[in-house]
Amino acid sequence: MIDPLDAVAAVGRGTIGAVRATGAVALFGAAGLSHLVRPPFYGRMFLQAFIEFSYFSLPVVALTAVFSGAVIALQSFTGFSRFGAESAIAGIVVLSVVRELGPVLAGLMVAGRVGAAMAAELGTMRVTDQIDALGTLSTNPMKYLVAPRLLAGLIAVPLLVIVADVLGVAGGFLVSTVKLGFNPSGYLTSTFQILTTTDVVAGLAKAAAFGFLIALMGCYHGYNSKGGAQGVGSATTSAVVAASILILAFDYVLTELFFAR
Amino acid sequence: MSDPKIRVRGLTKAFGAKTVLDGIDLDVAAGTSMVVIGGSGSGKSVLLKCILGLIEPDAGSIEIDGRDVLRLPRQEREQVNARIGMLFQAGALFDSLTVWENVAFGLLAQHKAARAEARERAGTILAQVGLDPSVGDLSPAELSGGMQKRVGLARAIASQPDILFFDEPTTGLDPIMGAVIDGLIVDCVKRLGSTAIAITHDMASATRIGDRAAMLFRGKLVWQGQAADLLHSGNSMVDQFTHGRREGPIQMELRR
Repeated sequence: MIDPLDAVAAVGRGTIGAVRATGAVALFGAAGLSHLVRPPFYGRMFLQAFIEFSYFSLPVVALTAVFSGAVIALQSFTGFSRFGAESAIAGIVVLSVVRELGPVLAGLMVAGRVGAAMAAELGTMRVTDQIDALGTLSTNPMKYLVAPRLLAGLIAVPLLVIVADVLGVAGGFLVSTVKLGFNPSGYLTSTFQILTTTDVVAGLAKAAAFGFLIALMGCYHGYNSKGGAQGVGSATTSAVVAASILILAFDYVLTELFFAR
Repeated sequence: MSDPKIRVRGLTKAFGAKTVLDGIDLDVAAGTSMVVIGGSGSGKSVLLKCILGLIEPDAGSIEIDGRDVLRLPRQEREQVNARIGMLFQAGALFDSLTVWENVAFGLLAQHKAARAEARERAGTILAQVGLDPSVGDLSPAELSGGMQKRVGLARAIASQPDILFFDEPTTGLDPIMGAVIDGLIVDCVKRLGSTAIAITHDMASATRIGDRAAMLFRGKLVWQGQAADLLHSGNSMVDQFTHGRREGPIQMELRR
């Protein structure tokens, strides 16, 4: 006999688990942020995390941006030429890149690259007692390991997205002018005509939120990993999956905030 | 007799249904070394981690210099912890840093010594554990197990702590290297005048580094005495453990 209450209990357990995890992540993030305003500060750690986030992510983010800008130009041309609306393509490309694809795709790529590395590094430090060792050397591990990474994510990803925006538009521009026969100066004029400051600011705000989420998930899952190599592996997976889902969910919420009226 | 440096009373910790520490009472006099022996899973590491504040015990008190550290505000607790050095079982060296940065880590974090000065101090401390200062430029991954232990010891003593903890200092080393590490530990503890707690299941090591000894079994201290008496304690559990006999009052639970 299956007890119908079992199903209810399962839903309840899942809900409690989700609420508990959300609370734990929020407390972890708040603790990490609070260390950003209390000395001592670890500039060296911030710099390391910042370079990892920004400089070493440049190639992958740049390629992603160029190709997605190019593909949007191509796709919207095949669709829009049926209605004779080719002139809208420059606007489509710049708005989709700056508002959505720049931040979201850069976020997802960085989550896979940096978020995973972060979780693996902190996870290994956890299971080899290195995080405990920090505590015995008068160093708060939240302050030393987590706070600099959160700040690095917050600052580095918007900078990456500026690059992604430029290269995404360039990708669309290339395809439109070289392959589809658009007039270069006309394309650029309509690009800048349609783009507003709000679009750019909203895109960069999204990028900052995504950067913070990537660092938060990488640190949280790494910091709390347990159980040796397998534990570190699953922490890495969780960090990337959680960051990717949160990026898409927050993208919707932030879009609603900025653009829905 | 003066107050002990470390006084543990009624320390209890359970993980889920499994009680790991069950009312531990332990005194360690200032300037002496206590070895805690016991089988795998007897709660030795948890005991050390409780005293260090890495694990929050369920009940009991831990006094260091007469102050209950479990009830101290966090900042004062950190000040107490700053005077404790620990050698971790697997070394726990920071693999993203060089050897000398590992050794000088506490110095750089605490006293804000300049890097050049810290570098020099690290060389001196490395020499104290029998390593050439040039080892300082290597990364921990390039070292053998015995060298990693020495670097871990150097890091633990670098800030001249008055309390030192050793978690299975000789595990995984050959007998000669084990004896070398034991010798270094005794030297360091003597030189610093520190109070030490070592946990181990290596009997040779226990008698070499300990003044006093205690045996932990299923979360309880079943025996305390002089470390020199370990091999002829008269306690049947200690005898079985120190002589490594299969038969005796301790029955291995093969399946739980």
